[in-house]
Amino acid sequence: MDKPLIEVKNLTAGYGREAILRDISFDVHPQEILLIVGPSGCGKSTLLKHMIGLMQPMSGDVLFWGQSIVKADQEAQRNIMRKFGVAYQGGALFGSMTLAENVSLPLHEYTDLPAELIRSITEIKLHMVGLSGFGDYLPSELSGGMRKRAGLARALALDPKILFFDEPSSGLDPLIAADLDELILNVRKAQGTTMVIVTHDLASTFTIADRVIMLDASIKGILAHGKPEELRDHENDIVRRFFRRESAADHAMLG
Amino acid sequence: MLVVVLPPVLEADNAVAVYRETKKRLARRPKRLTVKTHQVKEWDGTGLGVLVQLRCDCEKAKIEWQIESDGDPKGFARTLRELKELEPHCQGIARPRPSPLVWLGDQSYRLSSEFFRLTAFVGDLTLALWQTLRHPFRARWGNMLYYMDRTGTEALPITSMITFLMGLILGFQAALQMQKLAGDMYVADLVGLSITRELGPLMVAMICTGRAGSAFAAEIGTMRVNDEVDALTTMGIDRTCFLIVPKVIGLTVVMPLLTLYGDLMGVLGGLLATTLTLEIGVQSYISRTLEVLTFWDVGQGMIKSVVFALLIAGVGCLRGLQAERSAEDVGRSTTSAVVSGVFLIVLFDAALTIVFSRFGV
Repeated sequence: MDKPLIEVKNLTAGYGREAILRDISFDVHPQEILLIVGPSGCGKSTLLKHMIGLMQPMSGDVLFWGQSIVKADQEAQRNIMRKFGVAYQGGALFGSMTLAENVSLPLHEYTDLPAELIRSITEIKLHMVGLSGFGDYLPSELSGGMRKRAGLARALALDPKILFFDEPSSGLDPLIAADLDELILNVRKAQGTTMVIVTHDLASTFTIADRVIMLDASIKGILAHGKPEELRDHENDIVRRFFRRESAADHAMLG
Repeated sequence: MLVVVLPPVLEADNAVAVYRETKKRLARRPKRLTVKTHQVKEWDGTGLGVLVQLRCDCEKAKIEWQIESDGDPKGFARTLRELKELEPHCQGIARPRPSPLVWLGDQSYRLSSEFFRLTAFVGDLTLALWQTLRHPFRARWGNMLYYMDRTGTEALPITSMITFLMGLILGFQAALQMQKLAGDMYVADLVGLSITRELGPLMVAMICTGRAGSAFAAEIGTMRVNDEVDALTTMGIDRTCFLIVPKVIGLTVVMPLLTLYGDLMGVLGGLLATTLTLEIGVQSYISRTLEVLTFWDVGQGMIKSVVFALLIAGVGCLRGLQAERSAEDVGRSTTSAVVSGVFLIVLFDAALTIVFSRFGV
């Protein structure tokens, strides 16, 4: 097997003194789409924030290409961060900039491409997420789904090797969510991007995931991990119910 | 005729070099540019961007554009062709600029709708205040006490500091001038009258605009962004009674009291300055001040401060309600609450001073 791109080692994470995740470890391999799922409040977003270096773990380590993002100094940390893109839940677009300015910001900051080329690349990225022609719009003039897609375009601006995506389908209708899944698969196919996606959308789990990690608050860690089809028939009751979308009551009644 | 054979890997590292080189050669105006893609195996956004841009450049320079994709292993040419619809951006279409007439229309519409909204707001507020007076038990007194605490008690230190220093400065300046005229004793008159009639209420109003007016705008603005105001409306709760009346009444009760306190601190500041610079005793300064000041001098300041309080709270809440959707709007409405607050205070101060001096004393 390939050498892992990201290694999470014995990570313990939480807020204040209370740990939400305890001693979890897993790897992310090149070109795979790894989904992090779990019920609300299980620490999915916390895990993501630790992986992208926004939060300091209580203990443990996160390595990118064998290099720790936790122990790196600010300069090294920024260098690692430049190699991945993050698409945030609400898009996290800068409200005072147009879409085109949002998307081209990393290009302006990190490359010395000629201006007209940056404009072309920006257009291509916006086209990719189905927003061509919206370059001059301000984020506040767009719908939530469009903002989310624009956020993805910005995350992809520098053609990152790794993409983190927080809740791609939350707040989207099923049609747009399905489009977004398609888009995610296309990006991977075209550019071989490795993706770590936090979600609780079952439909997209089965469509896009190579591998799934399921977290649960009860054990403060990884409850199950494997291919989505495997997890549907998992021996653990919670995992099975989660992937089949059954309520506990259903279960009791059916025996 | 110019032929470009693309390299197997067309990514950020080398794509720019291809772009620069090709552009240089395009400057010699060949009749046709042929791009061969048969080697391209890997590419990224920059690679695609280079070709899209070159295609645009060719179109602009009327150079024929041709892609030879024989044996293209990964479908690079196809991907490129799918981007065909991006073409419009080479023409560099800019947003049409509105004609002056449209601008004029927009502005007058904006102005008139602003005026309507202001009128509606004042009407709402008056009605809501009237309702509160008629049914005092339904009002949210606890909430009012909270705002009194926030805008009154918490403002005491800064009010003391500013009004005291104001009196001190005034005292020093007056002492210097009055000494020349041998009218030392009049310093007490000057400080006492200008503090109670003018500077006390004005300074307190400025402090309250900065502290309370902006806070009201930010609070209500944030509630609007979070749909909280809409939630109130759909619950059938009158937003003016619920959100605005407690703030307005709270500030209107507290500001005259703050002003009274500020007057006192100001006179004390004047006292300190005078006793330090002139040969006037504490006793005689105080008795002179009490002799000069009438009830009406202080009352004038009180009336002003009530008017200022209504203005500050009203404008703060109005600007908050005008915030739309985005967080940026909250910032803008806060700024605007302070700016229009200060403007209105000075305007009404001038008006009231004229009225008082005409019809009052």
